[in-house]
Amino acid sequence: MAEHVDDAVVGSSVARLEDPDLLRGAACFVDDLDCPEMLHAAVLRSPFAHARLEPLDVSAARALPGVVAVFTHQDLGPRRRPIPIRLCPDEALNDYLQYPLAADRVRYVGEPLALVVAQSRALAEDALGEIELDPEPLPACTDALGAPPAALFEQTPDNLAALSEQSFGDVATAFAGADHVVRSRFDSARHSAVPMETRGLLARYDTSERRLHIWGSSKVTHFNRGVLADLLGWPEARIHLAQTEIGGGFGVRGEFYPEDFLVPFAALTLGRPVKWIEDRMEHLMATNHSRQQHYELELALHADGRLLGLRARITNDMGAYLRTHGTIVPGLSAGMLPGPYRLDSYHCEARSVLTNKTPTGTYRAPGRFECNAARERLMDLAAAQLGMDRIELRRLNLLRPDEMPHARGTHILGEQVVYDSGDYPAALERALELSDWQGRASRAAGGDGRRRRGLGLACFVEKTGKGPFEGARVRLHTDGTVTIATGAASVGQGLQTCLAQIAAQVLGVAPGAVTVRHGDTDLIAYGVGTFASRATVMAGNAVHQAAIELRRGLLEYAATRLDVAAPRLALKNGAVQIDGAAGISLAGLLADAARGKSASPPPTEVEHCFRLDRMTYSYGVTVAEVEVDTRTGEVTPQQVWIACDIGRVINPRMVAGQIEGGAAQGIGGALLEAFHYDDEGQLLSGSFQEYLLPTSGEVPPIAFELLDGMPSALNPLGVKGVGEIGVAGMGGALANAVAAAVGDPERSGTALPLTPERVWQRIDQGRRNDEVTA
Amino acid sequence: MKPAAFDYTAARSVEQALAVLVEYGDEAKVIAGGQTLGPMLNMRVVTPALLVDVNGIEALQGPRRSDSGLSLGAMTRQADLEDDPGLAIAQPLVAAAIPHIAHRAIRNRGTVGGSLVHADPAAEWGALVHALDAELVIAAAGGTRVVTPEDFFLGILTTAVEPQELLVEVRLPDWPKEAGWSFREFSRRHGDFALAGVACRLTLDGQRRCVAAGLGLIGVGDTPLRAREAEAVLVGETAGPELFQAAAETAASAVDPMTDLHASPDYRRHLTRVLVADALAQAADRASAVAPE
Repeated sequence: MAEHVDDAVVGSSVARLEDPDLLRGAACFVDDLDCPEMLHAAVLRSPFAHARLEPLDVSAARALPGVVAVFTHQDLGPRRRPIPIRLCPDEALNDYLQYPLAADRVRYVGEPLALVVAQSRALAEDALGEIELDPEPLPACTDALGAPPAALFEQTPDNLAALSEQSFGDVATAFAGADHVVRSRFDSARHSAVPMETRGLLARYDTSERRLHIWGSSKVTHFNRGVLADLLGWPEARIHLAQTEIGGGFGVRGEFYPEDFLVPFAALTLGRPVKWIEDRMEHLMATNHSRQQHYELELALHADGRLLGLRARITNDMGAYLRTHGTIVPGLSAGMLPGPYRLDSYHCEARSVLTNKTPTGTYRAPGRFECNAARERLMDLAAAQLGMDRIELRRLNLLRPDEMPHARGTHILGEQVVYDSGDYPAALERALELSDWQGRASRAAGGDGRRRRGLGLACFVEKTGKGPFEGARVRLHTDGTVTIATGAASVGQGLQTCLAQIAAQVLGVAPGAVTVRHGDTDLIAYGVGTFASRATVMAGNAVHQAAIELRRGLLEYAATRLDVAAPRLALKNGAVQIDGAAGISLAGLLADAARGKSASPPPTEVEHCFRLDRMTYSYGVTVAEVEVDTRTGEVTPQQVWIACDIGRVINPRMVAGQIEGGAAQGIGGALLEAFHYDDEGQLLSGSFQEYLLPTSGEVPPIAFELLDGMPSALNPLGVKGVGEIGVAGMGGALANAVAAAVGDPERSGTALPLTPERVWQRIDQGRRNDEVTA
Repeated sequence: MKPAAFDYTAARSVEQALAVLVEYGDEAKVIAGGQTLGPMLNMRVVTPALLVDVNGIEALQGPRRSDSGLSLGAMTRQADLEDDPGLAIAQPLVAAAIPHIAHRAIRNRGTVGGSLVHADPAAEWGALVHALDAELVIAAAGGTRVVTPEDFFLGILTTAVEPQELLVEVRLPDWPKEAGWSFREFSRRHGDFALAGVACRLTLDGQRRCVAAGLGLIGVGDTPLRAREAEAVLVGETAGPELFQAAAETAASAVDPMTDLHASPDYRRHLTRVLVADALAQAADRASAVAPE
């Protein structure tokens, strides 16, 4: 199915077209936009985790000079509607949706209670302090595992919003006949993506157009337009969402949040432009959290090490409401937990538990950072208990190329998991070579006793390229330049460069001659957006097909115009070549038509909608080496290596950026980051003083290798997604490396992040155990 | 995260600043480098009626040599010390500690006086002034007074500087040329506040007996601390791992650390033990013998 593509442009490290503006400070972010008459909004956020609330007294706030309006839940009138689920909606979950403003009950610290609109942000913040709250406190639920002290929703006394099961094979028989059963527990802390640019919106109602314009959305603009139309009760055609430059997304930015209703609502109601820029304190309590999962695992093995069955119970702390991702994150964990291994039987129970904390959603490799770490720790544990080498255990159980495609027997995002292609054992061998595993393992045995080295690895599969469709329109201008419009969005990953390369390749123009427009509901009728490592797969193939169609039309036109048989023509260097020699420039070809000298105009525009009903699966192996200071528990990553297969590569340098950035985020999740709450549900990690992101000082050298020559068979370009590769295996590799360094590979419980105090306690515990046995 | 409205005045002299402070009392807040006060204003943790900017006061600027040591004007920027090529000789312990203070961008603006008056118990200057037997000079409308570090730090984020007063100078005694030094801290990331830290000054005689010691601890109490008991363990005894371990144990058992997200009291105490022992060993290595008197 894969069409031959000349790799001159596709596959080369074209300098990012986005970068000149970004580097010169010329890029326009949402906060760079200002309008005449513009007002500024601030959100009153609940200081209580769980309370009943009397209607707010906002009279003093409204009376402050400079304050234009204060909106509460009551002021929304008929527009008091909850925000719907975007991915895998389910009516059974509708009880747990969040309203843009809380009515008479708050369920987490940070929940929006009112919107103040004023002449400046500072004045709006002054007014926040003047709003009277009259709470009746309720017990806060902060632990998804224990018996809840209160119900968040009366109809659900156990706070269990959803319980789903996935299974294949006969688990009971597998465990009954197993030679070994290995048990473990795993915990991941609460994280968020923390993009460099926080969320922000500018909404302006244009009276002459009678249209509402909104800037600052990203990721899924078309979907969000529909939600906004429904919530506002306002025609979709009179809403325009446009993307600006964006400082990172990583899953959290661009979903429909309460503010995505409130700011346009205020602009429409007041008839004046309203801007809201999320500050970092808000961001850490208001934007989706993710990853707080608890695993209880049981693995049945044959005496020779073959995996027979896996039983899992996953508890996902969902926070106070179900947001646009519904319960897909625990679903992704349950569907991807079996990973790259041959497994006869599986049963997983995934529990979605509500707590009085910030609601959750997806964060880069959602559900897989966690499940890959849980599984890979379990594999090391199994190897230790069986007395097997941990590499041998994996070699024995990895699915082989002759088992592809492999129907996993699980499902995610509403579709069956079918690994489409790959050579998983090759990825393992390449990772071992790349990292010099054997050499390092023998050297690590030494050490001065105070500082110990440890190696760890994690094998993983990544789902990418979620459908169902994405559209792209490719347009050739009379000067020979090209514009692409797509419904996919930039999240800073290099979408423009990637799509420009694909079009440039097919049309024989320079990538710099291609302009990519995106994330704008006026550009194209339909768009699905950018998430689930889908943009290159879906929009990339849409551009590719549209460009091929356009090329065919242009060559047919040129054949007639030049009176040369079409097969002798090709598009190259911005010209139509005849038999490989210079013919006529594209601009020249189109110029006559533009001046009405041609009987019929050449085709200049093709729109193609690329459809795909199955995801394509990337995979890889992450290796990490750490040094642990046994006196302090400090973990210092030494180096990270990743071998992976991402199908055809469009731009190697951008792939490196994706892998390295993801790896850095994975290191943060594994070693540093955690949101903490106290028993009253107060967020204790509300600033960067408490929520510790990795800086360049914490990120070691990252090396990677792409397994080549294995394009995906599921799409003509042969691409697979790469955006989540770097992060997917990092938790497991680092956790295994620390266990190896600390010398407690049989330890059955692991909690991320591996803070120095936790590691020191493990070392101290081991020391005490040694003293007892000695 | 926008500050509440405040008035602003730029003082041109210490006298002018003090006059304003007397008038406004605790309604006023002095701003130096603003590296902590800026965020606190933005978060509305503090909402002063008036900011008194002391950046333009000539008398508060920079380090100056005096007969008895080094005098640091309260407005001395951390980066000015970091970039002073003579500092490693004149005050090697200070030179060792400065790179641990946050990040270069913060050191460019942050000041010695601002750090001390803010009195974060984990700030490096707290350990330095203890270990160096520094004197802190506080000006008031009626005159100046000189206090010791132990009298300066009163509690969490609280110092002896009254609302109508101004810290104007930090006096560091001449560094004893033969002394060894070490600055050690443990933080979650480079540049973060220390979970525990120690500034160490140690003088040995020809028999490698400890003649004098200064140990300042940070991150393990409401204020930076002087480890006097541990110093007493050292003085008069012969330097060596066992002595250092004993002093470290004494220092660790004397502290009563706070708990926060990053560390428990037990862990902070443990870190103190490790850091003090390491610091003493390093300082002893660096000390040159003094002829016995």
